Amino acid sequence: MARIIVVTSGKGGVGKTTTSAAISMGLAKKGHKTVVIDFDVGLRNLDLIMGCERRVVYDIINVINGEASLNQALIKDKNCNLLSILPASQTRNKDALTQEGVGKILEELSKEFKYIVCDSPAGIEQGAHLAMYFADDAFIVTNPEVSSVRDSDRILGLLSSKSQRAEKNEEPIKEYLILTRYAPERVKSGEMLSLDDVQDILSLDLLGVIPESKSVLTASNSGNPVILDEKSDAGQAYSDIVARYLGETRPHRFIDGKKGLFRKLFGGG
Amino acid sequence: MSLLDYFRTSKTSSASLAKERLQILVAYERSSNNQPPYLPQLQQELLIVIQKYVNVNSDAMTIKLEQSDNQETLELNIVLPDFRRV
Repeated sequence: MARIIVVTSGKGGVGKTTTSAAISMGLAKKGHKTVVIDFDVGLRNLDLIMGCERRVVYDIINVINGEASLNQALIKDKNCNLLSILPASQTRNKDALTQEGVGKILEELSKEFKYIVCDSPAGIEQGAHLAMYFADDAFIVTNPEVSSVRDSDRILGLLSSKSQRAEKNEEPIKEYLILTRYAPERVKSGEMLSLDDVQDILSLDLLGVIPESKSVLTASNSGNPVILDEKSDAGQAYSDIVARYLGETRPHRFIDGKKGLFRKLFGGG
Repeated sequence: MSLLDYFRTSKTSSASLAKERLQILVAYERSSNNQPPYLPQLQQELLIVIQKYVNVNSDAMTIKLEQSDNQETLELNIVLPDFRRV
């Protein structure tokens, strides 16, 4: 059986797609057969971040409507053959997703893949609901910013009440925090909520902190998940997250903003 | 936050203001989102029963479910009209 991970946040623009791309690539690079699904019907972007936008022929809605088979719609990643991408439709709206259709797709994918990463759209409408409904684990992507923390809290409420596990009274979805766009210097000067501040409110298992980093934009410019940029701080932070999720213990980095001597001398990341 | 940090950052920093606002808001939203969906209907039906005996109007009644660590309290508040006139 596959493990289904939803990457969600409520608020838009906090790094859900960046995170989905990075962790799915990270899991595949670690030798696990992984598929990443874009649930943002009408506003797909995962294909761009993964650099496969010109290879999209069929999408998740085509599969749900029986216009294409799952294998026709899946795109093999150019960097890692253990990773596949299921794109969202660009021409339909989110109501084209049905619970039955998504359930069937996930069931079929479960037979072949070890990890299924669901990239949720922003908001709490149908697309976001179905991205989280079947999940086993939830990665809550949050920025150290009031509206993002508030929306994350709202999403946590939905995970514990509107998911399949909640409805069937099964063991609840495991919820993890990924704090993104973190700027330790701004935290120090009292301009930004600290990790502890955010955790005082959300109190989740911390998977990792992603520092505010130029490399995220560079990565999306070129269509390569940032985790492939092994020299960058954000890339390393995502590698840590994947390792921790898989059970390794790694000390948390990028929280107090100390730069290594190498970085101080030569800059970077 | 360590004791040292408490002295280091000024109390009026925008981050601490943000945290304070968030804590209040989130506590409020959690309690209202946690209300069971049957509550409005329960209120309606209770009101109908009560109106059979006492002449109260709908805004004279509030219903609230409160959760503390190990118990839930259903609080029903009805303002009765003056008895002598019923």
